[in-house]
Amino acid sequence: MSLRRTLAVAGRVLAQIRRDHRTLVMLVVLPTLLMTLLWWMYEESPAPIFDQIGPALLAIFPFIVMFLVTSVTTLRERSSGTLERLLAMPLGKGDFLLGYALAFGLLAAVQSGVAVGVSVGLLGLEIAGSVALLVVVAIVDAVLGTALGLLVSAFATTEFQAVQFMPAIVVPQILLCGLLVPRDSLPGVLEAISDLLPLSYAVDAMTHLVTSSDTGDVWTDLAVVGGFVVAGLGLGAATLRRRTP
Amino acid sequence: MNNVVEVSDLRVVRGKREVLHDLDFSVRAGEVTGLLGPSGCGKTTLMRALVGVQAKVTGTVTVHGEPAGSPSLRSRIGYVTQASSVYDDLTVTENLRFFAKVLGAPASSVTSAIETVDLVSHADQVVRDLSGGQRSRVSLAAALLGSPSLLVLDEPTVGLDPVLREQLWGTFRSLAEEGAAVIVSSHVMDEADRCDRLLLMREGAILADGSPVEIKQKAGADDIEHAFLTLVKEAAR
Repeated sequence: MSLRRTLAVAGRVLAQIRRDHRTLVMLVVLPTLLMTLLWWMYEESPAPIFDQIGPALLAIFPFIVMFLVTSVTTLRERSSGTLERLLAMPLGKGDFLLGYALAFGLLAAVQSGVAVGVSVGLLGLEIAGSVALLVVVAIVDAVLGTALGLLVSAFATTEFQAVQFMPAIVVPQILLCGLLVPRDSLPGVLEAISDLLPLSYAVDAMTHLVTSSDTGDVWTDLAVVGGFVVAGLGLGAATLRRRTP
Repeated sequence: MNNVVEVSDLRVVRGKREVLHDLDFSVRAGEVTGLLGPSGCGKTTLMRALVGVQAKVTGTVTVHGEPAGSPSLRSRIGYVTQASSVYDDLTVTENLRFFAKVLGAPASSVTSAIETVDLVSHADQVVRDLSGGQRSRVSLAAALLGSPSLLVLDEPTVGLDPVLREQLWGTFRSLAEEGAAVIVSSHVMDEADRCDRLLLMREGAILADGSPVEIKQKAGADDIEHAFLTLVKEAAR
């Protein structure tokens, strides 16, 4: 592994995205628009529902978007033959994966910064904890999406399959993360499953931030999500094969 | 002994089929070696085995005395796949700068690679907007970065205009003269006479191995196409 090569990969991914204006705009603006839509839906509701589910969605949107973008981009790299060329060159698998994680992490920082800024600044999302930490959590969630996207792209041979991984991998996590039903009210088996899913911890971190100014729990949740990111990237590296049939 | 590549008892299985059967040959530095045969005969699989990206390889394949695919070889082999494996949404220069960084090649090598493949006037164009032939030249340029001592080129001249083909063969020749081993595959037999040495392939086996003149003499034919046919008939007997 080398820093030069990791940065080369990250720079190249960013250069590609920069040229694709529509993707760039959607990456930056879409989560914010969805948050605004949510705020509008509950504008006339007497209960503070936006404050209750807003934070969870701030965790979920960057996760979904980065999952999709990464799995499709990596798949494209596999099918165009550029991955084969890179792996025949002196490029470590870690350089490749970290380069991607770095590039998309940076995009996630912009995306989450805008979404959090608008939600807290304009839409009046109330949080007890620190706004900066909220952005950090959102970035880590986005990187989680990237790590899982990299991992599943190894199991997809077509773009159709890659997109199908979204309902397979992402939707169950959304259902079980505590957004619809608090996790401790789920049937025992489902609660146990939700304890094993990374998005649950991402949403927990967001919820802690909103309800309390004590950051201890947030850091614990963040550490768990970070662990999943490392595990995802590690497994992703294991599925990258220099020799293919 | 100036063998860059040495292959013995090479077999490759793809799916349930054995696609390369017991190949033995070597490739020397300073020569252009042509790998000729009809499409589907195993040229690409053989090249992938030399580069070290082919799975299910048995037998011995060494490059510079080390097993093919060893980490230390990765910066010394330039490999061009049949499909132009470059990024469509980057310019020619951006593509090459990226690959140069990965290889640790100097920035100046980007300019000279672009000159070699005659794309100076297209250097700042996005690859997507180039023609098929131009794209494959970008792919070739990427393989020239970092002055590799072994070049493995899978059908690099397909679909190119004759003038450019002539130029590229000139490039392959001068790379060989500078001491590199150059392996070029083609399914077009009329490119045979440009090579120092030929490996004629058919159905996963090597039909003939020698200089174009030797092969023609051995088969008693005037050109490689007829030599190929004669050798196929002899082998069938």
